Amino acid sequence: MSIVKAKELVHEYIRRDEEGNVEMIQTALDHVNIDIEEGSFVAVLGHNGSGKSTFAKHVNVLLKPTEGTMWVDGKDISNPIFTYPIRREAGMVFQNPDNQIVASVVEEDVGFGPENIGVEPDEIWRRVEESLKSVGMLKYRNHSPNKLSGGQKQRVAIAGVMAMQPKCIILDEPTAMLDPNGRKEVLEAVHELNRKKGVTVILITHYMEEVVDADRVFVMDSGKVVMDGTPREIFTRVEELKEHRLDVPQITLLAYELKKSGLDIPDGILTREELTEALCRLS
Amino acid sequence: MLRDITLGQYYPADSVIHKLDPRVKLVGTLVYIVSLFLFKGPVGFLVITAFLALSIKLSKVPFLYMVKGLKAIMILMIITALFNLFLTPGETPIFTLGPLKMYPEGVKTAIFMLIRLSYLIVGTSVMTLTTTPNQLTDGLEKGLMPLSVIGVPVHAIAMMMSIALRFIPILIEETDLIMKAQMARGADFETGGIIKKAKNMVPLLVPLFVSAFRRADDLAMAMEARCYTGGKGRTKMKPLKYSGNDARAYLLTFVFLAVVIVLRIYNL
Repeated sequence: MSIVKAKELVHEYIRRDEEGNVEMIQTALDHVNIDIEEGSFVAVLGHNGSGKSTFAKHVNVLLKPTEGTMWVDGKDISNPIFTYPIRREAGMVFQNPDNQIVASVVEEDVGFGPENIGVEPDEIWRRVEESLKSVGMLKYRNHSPNKLSGGQKQRVAIAGVMAMQPKCIILDEPTAMLDPNGRKEVLEAVHELNRKKGVTVILITHYMEEVVDADRVFVMDSGKVVMDGTPREIFTRVEELKEHRLDVPQITLLAYELKKSGLDIPDGILTREELTEALCRLS
Repeated sequence: MLRDITLGQYYPADSVIHKLDPRVKLVGTLVYIVSLFLFKGPVGFLVITAFLALSIKLSKVPFLYMVKGLKAIMILMIITALFNLFLTPGETPIFTLGPLKMYPEGVKTAIFMLIRLSYLIVGTSVMTLTTTPNQLTDGLEKGLMPLSVIGVPVHAIAMMMSIALRFIPILIEETDLIMKAQMARGADFETGGIIKKAKNMVPLLVPLFVSAFRRADDLAMAMEARCYTGGKGRTKMKPLKYSGNDARAYLLTFVFLAVVIVLRIYNL
């Protein structure tokens, strides 16, 4: 069953001058069609300004379509009565870890979402404990968020979303402000949630390495979905990716260059192990 | 350097006073302040001293911590005392220094004023030392809830206070960062007179404000994404509940207030 479905989705940012006349129209999403299966791990790739964040904000109804429709769990996002039900089911994690933590104690921040939707105190405590445990942050429950590292803060933010028990979480470049260690921590936590709890994950990113383990990848450029497939299928098309100003992972690039210069190895190699194996098989 | 500022002076300890409901502590402090301005004679003073001493003893906060706050208002206290000493009119001066005359009434007012001021500081610090800023905000929200009937946005005010508390350390850190960045490019925040110093602050304040607005915008969006719609229909993870100790503390506070009022009537 599809959990997020976009049909001919268009979003335009309209800039007006002081008299209210339209000064400029920027099309951030241009007739986008996307269908995301429940329980899958999907990555949306694109360089800055490709429209990927705008897409993410539609899933959480922070933005509404100019044209076209999007359904989240079967609910039309243009209908105002679904705004809050959709936000409950599709949680969002943002880029800057500092600007999305509300409370000054970790556990209180995780409890913020459930408080908003009117969950009973006992149940809130249970959920807070469970979601902090699921991202490995339980022992920091009484800490101040200011004392945590970037990766830890981002995991707290993920726990905050998980405490609302969503079917789907959207991560809008969650690792852009983190160091390599923090990035790894966050990605591991997200994969774990996807595997163990069956939560649908939509990861918006421009780091190619992060999408290797995804079930499906959408590549966006200038508001359009330009490529769509499994990571392996996508990374086979190195030239095309370069056209959309994206870099393929180093290993894939190396394999691609080797193949181009005459070695007989398969397309779309994603990991170091695969490349080693392919090279060994040659000799 | 800016990083060293600590906000709120909470002193963590496991005491009866720490565990009291913040509303009790707020009401208690209010009653205590009122009583400071009610008492007239030595008996009243003794009763108040006993009340204060009991709270300090129960709070398990070292006495030195309490009097620390007095240092900050030392100058204010000295000036107040001098004014009262020489400017209170009376009948027979006990001391004359040029045009300044000191009367026994002046001595009495000065002493009372000193006691009031220092007790005020020490008493209120019992509250701030034993209550975290968060508890205080919660207490205010719940305590002021009746005002929402007449349209005061109590929940919004409390939410703003707690968000401000959360962002103060972040903004302080950012100020530090911007300051260093500007200093690296030759900005000077240290020399010159007041006006020059104030002017030099502009390149610090502008980026700070821009960033604060951006943060506010981000936070508002993140809160909205997590279904925040204001106070309506919201539950509390840590709801405030009165316990037996809170009732006893209320009782003690009001008995104390009654005693102080009675003593005032009899001018003791």
